[in-house]
Amino acid sequence: MKYATLIWAGLWRKKARTILTMLSILIAFLLFGLLQGINQGIKSGLSDTRNNRLWSVNHMSAVSSMAVSDMTRMQTVKGVRKVAHMSFFGGYFQDAKNAIPAFATNIDNFAAVYPELRITPAQLAAMDTTRDGALIGRPLAEKYAWKVGDKIPLGTSIWTKKEGGNSWEFNIVGIYDATPDFSRGPLGSGFWINYDYWDEARLYDPHRVHQFIIQIDDPSKAAAISAAIDKLFENSTEETKTQPENAALQARLKQLADINFIANSIVGAVMFTLLFLTANTMMQSVRERIPELAVLKTLGFSGRRVSALVIAESLLLCLFAALAGLVLSMGAIKVIGSVFGPGRLPEAVFVEGLLIAVALAIVSGLPPALRAQRLNIVDALAER
Amino acid sequence: MSNLVTLKDVVKRYQRGKQAVEVLHGVNLQIEQGEFLALMGPSGSGKTTLLNLIAGLDHPTEGEVTVAGERIDTLSGGQLAKWRARHIGFVFQFYNLLPVLSAARNVEVPLLLTKLSSGQRKQNVKAALELVGLADRATHKPNELSGGQQQRVSIARALVADPTLLVCDEPTGDLDRENAEEILKLLQALNSQHGKTVIMVTHDPLAADHASRILHVDKGRLTDSPTRTAA
Repeated sequence: MKYATLIWAGLWRKKARTILTMLSILIAFLLFGLLQGINQGIKSGLSDTRNNRLWSVNHMSAVSSMAVSDMTRMQTVKGVRKVAHMSFFGGYFQDAKNAIPAFATNIDNFAAVYPELRITPAQLAAMDTTRDGALIGRPLAEKYAWKVGDKIPLGTSIWTKKEGGNSWEFNIVGIYDATPDFSRGPLGSGFWINYDYWDEARLYDPHRVHQFIIQIDDPSKAAAISAAIDKLFENSTEETKTQPENAALQARLKQLADINFIANSIVGAVMFTLLFLTANTMMQSVRERIPELAVLKTLGFSGRRVSALVIAESLLLCLFAALAGLVLSMGAIKVIGSVFGPGRLPEAVFVEGLLIAVALAIVSGLPPALRAQRLNIVDALAER
Repeated sequence: MSNLVTLKDVVKRYQRGKQAVEVLHGVNLQIEQGEFLALMGPSGSGKTTLLNLIAGLDHPTEGEVTVAGERIDTLSGGQLAKWRARHIGFVFQFYNLLPVLSAARNVEVPLLLTKLSSGQRKQNVKAALELVGLADRATHKPNELSGGQQQRVSIARALVADPTLLVCDEPTGDLDRENAEEILKLLQALNSQHGKTVIMVTHDPLAADHASRILHVDKGRLTDSPTRTAA
């Protein structure tokens, strides 16, 4: 610690350069925290081994419908506890820009399959007695200032009513508060309507659904049960594709973008560039201080001690800025990370970030440190 | 008085490109404890090289250098660094203070290599600054001090670890006559009142007059027999 003043003073010898370098490192680690945080968040969310849900869709594509009666056959497979289904309504409120994540479902089963939504028995009873009822998530209600009792008209470009027109009106009978993790996700902001009411009222594709969600007893048997369900519909006109919810989500996400590849590529490129930037700063800083380092050696500082001071300075520069960047990313990820991940920076990413900062400091500090160590005092004092 | 420094047949050669240049040719010298020795000579005569060898900044190509009873020509780089920290106080022509540190912090630097506590270091720094008359400038950075004051801080830094030997390379070379005189009087007082052995390289005959002995170096040799002056 007694060298702290010496190291700190050396770091701030050129204030503007140090601040700019620190800002570069800070922004790089902010980006690292955001990208890796979201990436790891998705990964850890999708690798939850406790998840006991399977998703089953039409083998042709996720938007092709299947007979609702398939649910009864799925229920017969050993290990299946409960089956829910959902169909995409594709609604919007007032303007097509205000898309509403509305789905038709058998709400009793759906609430059982997704206990994380914390739908109450009273809300289920209200849905049961109100055919055109809708249950909505708290974030959605807050966004549009909707409350229980409101009648909400939703437009849709997909579903025409038998009586004509594409405007549907739903009566809000309940607002549910999902668990914090779910509340930030799409299901936490859902707009759930009664399948039976919607199925009777729509003009075409009756008695069909887009997806089944199957709750099973034992998550470790997910693969076997998925295969058994698909076997049921093998060689039929509507073969199914069943897989654990995590795998299905991952596959859908990959259709949008390979987050892992993108995150790693960007972070890799940024860190590589940062290495040169920091190394250049350290080299320049040491080059300017050759006579000062020679004086330290003259006064009795050994080559190793002088090089340790340079490495310590590099560590201070990188760790200080990286820590600030990671702390900022923790805040930022709370805001934007909720769309993709768990809304918090995983500890592993934080630790990984600090380890990268240490490696960056050592690699970029090593060449100037070696130069300082090998410095010939007589030549340096004579400025040769 | 006993010999503090002994140089025996010291030769120093430098490699300049393909050529080996001999700077010192078999120098023999003895310096007694408590002396104030001035080394004079024209530029390139080898006086700074001689000083560097005595101060353990460089190794001789041939010969022996013994300081305070220890052969320093056989020590490794790391051993020499430790030895310098223990035995040598340096005063440079251009002060060579660390510009980002205050006067007190500059003076404290050699003490960082000791096992003294923070409190003890502060006490020693205060005493050294008081000795050079700059206790009231402890918090000032070098660029806030005059040339003479900076050289005083440099002397305080050289003294703070209580070295065996004070080596000064042109300590008044960057100062006006008035400030130079003050610095020389300070070195003289350190020698006469505190018993410090001082070796000073200088071009200036007026500066050399403050020493108790003057030696001339020319073309790598001590040209005249040692003369003592009335200090």
